[in-house]
Amino acid sequence: MALHFELVTPEKLVRSEEVHMVVVPGSEGEFGVLEGHAPFMSTIADGAVQVIKTAGAAPESIMVRGGFAEVGDNGLTVLAEHVED
Amino acid sequence: MASLKELKDRIKSVKSTQKITKAKQMVAAAKLRKAQAAAEAARPYAERLTRVMGSLASKVSGNDAPLLLSGTGETGRHLLVVVNTDKGLCGGLNANIVKEAKRQAKALEQAGKQVTFYLVGKKGRAPLKRDYASQIGDGFDTSEVRNIGFTEAEAIADDLVARFEKGEFDIASLVYPVFKSALAQDPTTVQLLPVPAPEEVTDTGAVVEYEPDEESILEDLLPRYIKTQLFGALLEREASEQGASMTAMDNATRNAGELIDKLTVQYNRSRQAAITTELVEIIAGAEAL
Repeated sequence: MALHFELVTPEKLVRSEEVHMVVVPGSEGEFGVLEGHAPFMSTIADGAVQVIKTAGAAPESIMVRGGFAEVGDNGLTVLAEHVED
Repeated sequence: MASLKELKDRIKSVKSTQKITKAKQMVAAAKLRKAQAAAEAARPYAERLTRVMGSLASKVSGNDAPLLLSGTGETGRHLLVVVNTDKGLCGGLNANIVKEAKRQAKALEQAGKQVTFYLVGKKGRAPLKRDYASQIGDGFDTSEVRNIGFTEAEAIADDLVARFEKGEFDIASLVYPVFKSALAQDPTTVQLLPVPAPEEVTDTGAVVEYEPDEESILEDLLPRYIKTQLFGALLEREASEQGASMTAMDNATRNAGELIDKLTVQYNRSRQAAITTELVEIIAGAEAL
C-alpha cells in the first residue's frame, strides 16, 4: 500500500517517491490522500504539505506556495511555484 | 611589405585575441551544460501543467471561459514579446531573432494589424529601433540578473497579464530562440495571449472532482501557464546564448590560429630575407677589400 507522490516546481522535480499518506493544504481545506484516492483536483493554499512515509510515522512538512494538486491513477502530483525545504 | 616589428606586434595582438576567444569558448561550454540541465529540470512541471490545462480548457468553454483564454474578441492590436540575449559574442543568434521578429511584424502589418514590441534582453533593442522606432513599448531588463530564474518569468508574466487586462493589446506572441544544438538555435514564434486552445486531449474517462469548480481552477491556472511558458523561453534563451557563443568562439579561435600561422610564415620570410641581404652586403664588402 503505497501512494506515488510527486512534488514539482518550475525549476525541478523536488520529490518523486512512494509514501503512505500526504496531507495537502487545499484552498478549501486540508485533505489527506491515501493510495486509491478517487481522481481529484484542487488549488492549494500557501502552507505545509505533510508527507507521512509509513503508517504511524511522524509527518515531514514541506512549505509550498501557489499551485495545485492533482490526484489521478498514477498517484498524487503537487505542482507548486515555490517550495521551501 | 610590413616591417619585422609591425609583424611581430600584429602576431602578439592576434595571440591575445585568441586567448580571449578561447577563454570565452570554455566558459560558454561550462555554462551551456548548466543551462541544458536547467532546461531539462523544468520539463516535468511544464508537461504536467500543459496536460492539466488541456483537460480543463476543453471542459470550460463558451461564455464561461476566462478572459485570458477567450481573448478580447478582437485581433487588431498585436504585441510581439521578443526575447533577446543581454550579451553579445554569440554569433548570429540575436540577428536571427530580430530577423524573425521583423518578419512577423511585417506580415502582421501587411494584414492591417497594429504592432508594438515588448523587449526582453538588451541586444534586440538597437536593431529593432532602426525600423520600428515608434513601436517599441516597454520591456523587461534582465541584464542585472545573474541567474535567470522563475522570479523573472513571474515578473514578466504579471506585467503582460496586467497590460492585457487593461486592454492595451488583443494578442501577444512570443518570439524566442529554441535550442536545438550548439550549432542550431531556431527563432520561434508562439502565441502567448490569449492562451491558445490546447489540442484535443485524450480523456481518461475518469470522473474528476474539482475543488473549487473548474472555472476557478482554470482562472488560477492560466497565469501560471503563461509564467511557465515565459520561464521556458528564458531557459531556452540561456541555452541558445551559450550554445551560439561556444560555436562562434570556437570559430574565432580557429581563425585566429590560422591568421597567426600565416603571419608567422610571413615574419620568418622577411627575417630570412633581411639576414640574406646583410650577408650579401658583408661578402660584397669583404670582396671589395
